[in-house]
Amino acid sequence: MDFDFTPEDEAFRAEVRDFIKKYLPKKGRPEELAEWQRQARAKRYVGFSWPEEVGGGGGTLSQQVILKEELARVKAPALGTCFMGLAWVGPSIIEYGSEEQKQKFIPDILDGKYQWCTGYSEPGSGSDLAALSTRAVRDGDDYVVNGQKIWTSIAMWSKWIILLVRTEASESKHEGITCLLVEMDSPGITVRPIKNMAGGSVFAEVFFDNVRVPVANRLGEEGQGWKVTVSALAHERSSIAEVAGLQRTLDEVRALARKSKKNGRSAAADPGVRARVARADVRIEAMRLNGLRFLTRQLRGEHVGPETSVNKLQRAKLEVELGELALEIEGGIGVLDREAAPENGKWQRMALSWPEVVIGGGTPNIQKNIIAERILGLPKDP
Amino acid sequence: MNFGFTEEQELLRSEVRKFLDASCPLEQVRKITEEAGGAGFSREHWQHIADLGWLGLAIPELHGGAGLGWVDLVVVLEETGRSLFPSPLVSNTLAAHAIRRFGSAKQQSRWLPSLGNGSRIGTVALLEEDGLPSPDGVRLAGRSAGKQLTLTGEKWLVGDAAAADLIVVAFRKGKSKELGLAVVERGTPGLAARDLPGIDLTKRLGRLELDRVKIPRDAVLPKGNAAAIQHLFDVGALAVTAEAVGAAEAALQLTSAYAKQRIQFKHPIGTFQGVKHPLAEMYVDVQSVQSLVYYAAWCVDHGKKELPLAVSRAKAYASEALPRLGIDTIQLHGGIGYTWEYDAHLYLKRVKWLRPAFGDADWHYERVAALGGL
Repeated sequence: MDFDFTPEDEAFRAEVRDFIKKYLPKKGRPEELAEWQRQARAKRYVGFSWPEEVGGGGGTLSQQVILKEELARVKAPALGTCFMGLAWVGPSIIEYGSEEQKQKFIPDILDGKYQWCTGYSEPGSGSDLAALSTRAVRDGDDYVVNGQKIWTSIAMWSKWIILLVRTEASESKHEGITCLLVEMDSPGITVRPIKNMAGGSVFAEVFFDNVRVPVANRLGEEGQGWKVTVSALAHERSSIAEVAGLQRTLDEVRALARKSKKNGRSAAADPGVRARVARADVRIEAMRLNGLRFLTRQLRGEHVGPETSVNKLQRAKLEVELGELALEIEGGIGVLDREAAPENGKWQRMALSWPEVVIGGGTPNIQKNIIAERILGLPKDP
Repeated sequence: MNFGFTEEQELLRSEVRKFLDASCPLEQVRKITEEAGGAGFSREHWQHIADLGWLGLAIPELHGGAGLGWVDLVVVLEETGRSLFPSPLVSNTLAAHAIRRFGSAKQQSRWLPSLGNGSRIGTVALLEEDGLPSPDGVRLAGRSAGKQLTLTGEKWLVGDAAAADLIVVAFRKGKSKELGLAVVERGTPGLAARDLPGIDLTKRLGRLELDRVKIPRDAVLPKGNAAAIQHLFDVGALAVTAEAVGAAEAALQLTSAYAKQRIQFKHPIGTFQGVKHPLAEMYVDVQSVQSLVYYAAWCVDHGKKELPLAVSRAKAYASEALPRLGIDTIQLHGGIGYTWEYDAHLYLKRVKWLRPAFGDADWHYERVAALGGL
């Protein structure tokens, strides 16, 4: 066991620190942020894990971890602005896209020219994603798409959508699914924002009414859509960024406890609060160390897949718990909101927006199915 | 960056596994531990594991050991835990650790070889009646008289008290705040040790009475102060947690296997989410406790200041989650899990045994809160 990085990796860390020192926005002004993005792009820190030949950084696994670690340490803004493009659309295109598609989309994703959104979930297929029924029928050089997507984050601000459609009714649900890249201003697309329980509108319903999509915009082969969306690009699996975020939130909960009164005394002295803070601390540390075990296996060339559900489950519990704990620390005034609540209602917002991460990437129950079936080898659900 | 075991450590694990599977399967564990009036462990096994080098694993080569560390010990302890192997291995390991860390060179040469070769069994006696798992709980009085030290008091929940030949005893010097560690040998006049019946037959805990026990001054460990005692509580917590997480993983395997073959409502019960989801949560807890334990062991080996925090995190998580895992093991089995004949209860008892040992979840969570600046 050894938690040190190689001298080469440490040299890379020094380089990153140097970069941060130079370009980290200090006052949050838009021109500072723009400069940060420009320089990050020039350094190839945007799309850092992607191969160099498509314009990525070609970063090794340990360099990816170091970069994320250093950025988290200073709460730096994200690298690049096209979140979904960088997270999964780009990797899918790199792996399955035609030369033409790569040239058309990858530079724009890296430059953050516009947003991508993701059309996977449907009213009738959430956790059971493969049951999707939005249809695409081939008509000459086009597919004609009909159906509806839902929970599509930032659909109203996106120029493109990566879309899963059914091109063939099939016995096996995973077959007959095809992946299309669709321009959001295509005739026949209607976007209707959905207000979430925190009062915000980040996701939307997207309706497709005889939308024509050129066959050239199909990603991968027809019927290959399921595989296409599960990218095999070598991403590090340390959950370092999530852990850093949770550590920061817990620090803020501690600070909140120090300045709050609960039942007439400092919340920081309340045994229940102390135990719950410690409980969260322990689970965050478990996540950090689990992540380092996954990373170690990746560095040894082993495949790490379903194991990452362990940290997804830990994180899901923590995201809910920390918001709840904060409101309980605030006590009676925890039910107030906005300017009437401590810190302008920051904790009220957190306590009402955890579903984005807890449900978004697969519900906790689905994560448990993954562990039970794919690691413990239990029989599959019907 | 390498948070994994070396090839040598994996080899060690498989050798330990091989020996335990062959020599001490659960039928054997039951035979040894259920024997009325028995010692609770097999002397033959003890000598065998001494010969295999497990007892001297972390004892310096100078004193006949292998000179390895706690990461290696954890590999062995996880496996002995998985097999519920009944032996004074943890107690012996802690005594050797105390003498190596806090004893003089002369004391090390005097005692370590015998603890490593199996000829003498060691243990540590830290806790007293109020159960406070910290140096503050030490009241046992040590009074100096010339070249001798007189020890008077009681120690509770001493691992393998009846079997121990060398006991590292924590004491308080007079009424002062100063604490010390002394090695008391079996048979010293005034020393009485007996084991007490417990829920986990694979673990022996006992009581020690010291009535004006006179020991020579050179049996006092020169570096045995309050910090040393705290350190022993910490490595003790680490050792029992490493064993327990091995036992927990075995319980998970037993229950998964059962869920695959037990048919109800025309399906293996593992098909149902009411069964598979608790199993998935058990897996999450086992993996997480393992990670925390491995890291704490690394902290011991590298003298990290973070050790108390790392240990408390591991022990708090384990003391909270593993007893729950044991209960789920029984429940998921249904009626068969309630029988003496089936093995599930053996694991439940071990994780229940773990809960208060070297500080319970409440104690360690509070310590995590305090060390975290709250």
